[in-house]
Amino acid sequence: MNARPSQSLEQRVNWIDICALEEIPRLGARVFARATGNIAIFRNADDEVFALDDRCPHRGGPLSQGIVFGRHVACPLHNWQIGLWDGKATAPDVGCTAVYAVHVDAGRVYLDLTPTDA
Amino acid sequence: MQRARLVVIGNGMAGIKTVEELVKIAPDLYGITVFGAEPQPNYNRILLSPVLAGEQTFDEIVLNDRGWYATHGIHLHTGKEVTSIDRKRRTVTAADGTYADYDRLLIATGSTPFILPIPGIDLEGVIGYRDIADTERMIAAAQNHRHAVVIGGGLLGLEAANGLNARGMDVTVLHLMDTLMERQLDAVAGRLLQTALEARGIRFIMGANTAAIRGDEHGHVSAVALADDTELAAELVVMAVGIRPNTHLAESAGLRCARGIVVNDTLQTFDPRIYAVGECVNHRGTAYGLVAPLFEMARVAANHLAEFGTQRYSGSVTATKLKVTGIDLYSAGDFHGDDSSETIVLSDAANGVYKKLVIKDERLQGSVLYGDTTDGAWYFRLMREGRSIADIRGRLMFGERNLGDTGHLGQSQAASMADSMEVCGCNGVSKGTICAAIKTHKLITLDEVRKHTKASASCGSCTGLVEQILMATAGADYSATPRTKPLCVCTERTHAEVKQAIKAQHLLTIADTQRFLEWRTPNGCATCRPALNYYLQTTWPREAQDDPQSRYINERAHANIQKDGTFSVIPRMWGGTTSAHELRKIADVVDKYQIPTVKVTGGQRIDLLGVKKADLPGVWRDLDMPSGHAYAKALRTVKTCVGAEWCRFGVQDSTQLGIDLERALWRMYAPHKVKIAVSGCPRNCAESGIKDVGIIGVESGWEIYVAGNGGIKTEVAQFFAKVTHAAEVLEHAGAFLQLYREEGHYLERTVHFVGRAGLDYCKAQVVSDAANRRALYSRLRFAVDGELDPWTARANGAAAHEYASVTA
Repeated sequence: MNARPSQSLEQRVNWIDICALEEIPRLGARVFARATGNIAIFRNADDEVFALDDRCPHRGGPLSQGIVFGRHVACPLHNWQIGLWDGKATAPDVGCTAVYAVHVDAGRVYLDLTPTDA
Repeated sequence: MQRARLVVIGNGMAGIKTVEELVKIAPDLYGITVFGAEPQPNYNRILLSPVLAGEQTFDEIVLNDRGWYATHGIHLHTGKEVTSIDRKRRTVTAADGTYADYDRLLIATGSTPFILPIPGIDLEGVIGYRDIADTERMIAAAQNHRHAVVIGGGLLGLEAANGLNARGMDVTVLHLMDTLMERQLDAVAGRLLQTALEARGIRFIMGANTAAIRGDEHGHVSAVALADDTELAAELVVMAVGIRPNTHLAESAGLRCARGIVVNDTLQTFDPRIYAVGECVNHRGTAYGLVAPLFEMARVAANHLAEFGTQRYSGSVTATKLKVTGIDLYSAGDFHGDDSSETIVLSDAANGVYKKLVIKDERLQGSVLYGDTTDGAWYFRLMREGRSIADIRGRLMFGERNLGDTGHLGQSQAASMADSMEVCGCNGVSKGTICAAIKTHKLITLDEVRKHTKASASCGSCTGLVEQILMATAGADYSATPRTKPLCVCTERTHAEVKQAIKAQHLLTIADTQRFLEWRTPNGCATCRPALNYYLQTTWPREAQDDPQSRYINERAHANIQKDGTFSVIPRMWGGTTSAHELRKIADVVDKYQIPTVKVTGGQRIDLLGVKKADLPGVWRDLDMPSGHAYAKALRTVKTCVGAEWCRFGVQDSTQLGIDLERALWRMYAPHKVKIAVSGCPRNCAESGIKDVGIIGVESGWEIYVAGNGGIKTEVAQFFAKVTHAAEVLEHAGAFLQLYREEGHYLERTVHFVGRAGLDYCKAQVVSDAANRRALYSRLRFAVDGELDPWTARANGAAAHEYASVTA
């Protein structure tokens, strides 16, 4: 089983408060802007929150702009389907984008900028 | 009930083909008995050459094994030659005394090689080339002897020569005429063929008149002598100077014969109980020696034996293909031509390609192809259909693929064939039959397709095409029709079923629709959600709530995403017109937001490329122009020409009509993008012929065309209606588009919608039914008038979260 970001909550200390959960549309995403590359923050229908590098492993498409469904996002450029929890492309495509730990506490969304080992 | 008795004399391809067809359409009508002179069951005589050349085995060319006869309750006598027919008692008797009574008799005795009347033909080692026994004797001779002489440079002789050469013999071909295969090839192609075969080591003596065959003291052939006293060493002599219909039995039974058993168009002989098919037959003065005509005869004969009486055989146009591996050669029809015909010739000696087409009265009469036979079947089709080639004459020589199918390079020929088109000429199998068999029986190999359909199972020349169809059909579910295909992997429901449920159940949200139709996934996928959102919006305008998260990014952000994640902005310019004021605003926006690229589009507007997403609301605020919807499945642009106001040729004010249409129809969402053009005269500068709705001004009013497309595959728009006034254009165009909005499947362009629904249906709904047209148009107005300009709202702060990023 891939590590759910919230499972490593105790070991992590670098949580950044980025926004309220309500600021991310359900089945949508927001972009956390960063000089070294944006991070896409997703929210699915069950209010689970995920964070991925905002770059599709295929051609670098901004995943934050894709359609979110279940626990996947479809890249807006060529429709690769990326797992929100592990950053991996769905077969037959092959590739992986970095996953970040994220957790929700009292309606606020917290992000750790150190990539997890997926 | 006692079944009628059918006796078949001849266990070869034509006779058994007739039986096959007969048991398919009338399985219980007859008790069938078959007599065959050869000891083997029915095999594919055409493929004797590959067997001789060592490329196939006998088992591979068996068409019907003994099990097949048993399965169909057919009584088979092999190795029994029928020697007499008693037409009074209706009995046939074989050499060994076996006899059978008949109610109907089918004669299919085929043909025998013509043996030259010269001394020495009875020597051992002199054979014809007709059956598997001859083939086996040649194979045996090749193992023990060195020199072979083939008399006759026709189709059969050359295949024999090639096979013996491949088996290591020194082969000399004697041919009476100056060029090879003169009945199938013109002189140029004949010489190319000779050169190619000489390169393989076969020797030719042309104009050779064989005088005698000489033998040794054991009565075995030793040499062939020509009329000019040349002598050639030979331990094997193959006579291949021609065939003659095997009519001996029919003649002895008193049936009328004249270079074949004479039959009428229902394949009956002069005794109506007796039918005849195959090479033994003379039909309208012609005896055929190729498989396709024989099979056509077989189908007609079976139809009459089955007492259907609905078909006639009226003769065949024949095509020839040489079965010598590595040599592509094809000829059909009258390829010599005469004084009243014209020829087109392509000759590329260095590449070994030669093509000749003979044309008479704008129709293809015949063709000879050497080196590249790809288009043989196409030319053959043009010939048989007798289609005028006037419109394609200039490109005829370059083949079917060069007929303006741009954008589809590399696409296989199979995909472009209609279901009704014939793939296998020998067995008369259409593409549709093959596709259906592949799908029904889940076929995956060529052999299986041959087993189920017989396609490519006879002469084999369509094998490549059958393989293409197999790949396309089995590989990617290529020909599954949209009507029966589920909307996506989340459901079994089709587009039509989903739309029907939304309407009947008054469903207003995606979630309700998915629940009602038992979606397999919790919230659909990137394929079904945009479709559902569209269907809800068009079915219940102003009532169903739009779901931006179920729209593709372009429609959610109201701009086109580019490969680097930036966006492009195309403001609306009504009918392609603009002003100094608008251009100044655009220039200022480009400066202020440092927009890297400004480009004029094909739709007569200006594209600002490379806009950062966060800048979009500001760009729209400063532009203060309506959205061009260049990012949406919606009305894009109305392209116009200058028209009557300025143009010296213009007969109608196309620019004004374009502006009016665009103002009436903008904000109209649709299954796919919609492009309109208006031209002010038939010169058609606005390219109305490749638009979803194309309008052309003429002296007396406006012509409306629909379902054109300038995309991957260019589709010319079809004539829809002719009207007098601009207001009528608006109502007709609007009503047609509303029909498309209501009945089109999501992501289906107008060309595909009209192709599926039918142009006549669309005309009936819109053109001939005025009340329905008005109703359609008013529904369109209701929907479109409820839409606002998306840019104005967003410039004023709507959906701000879409454009701003979050920060720590």
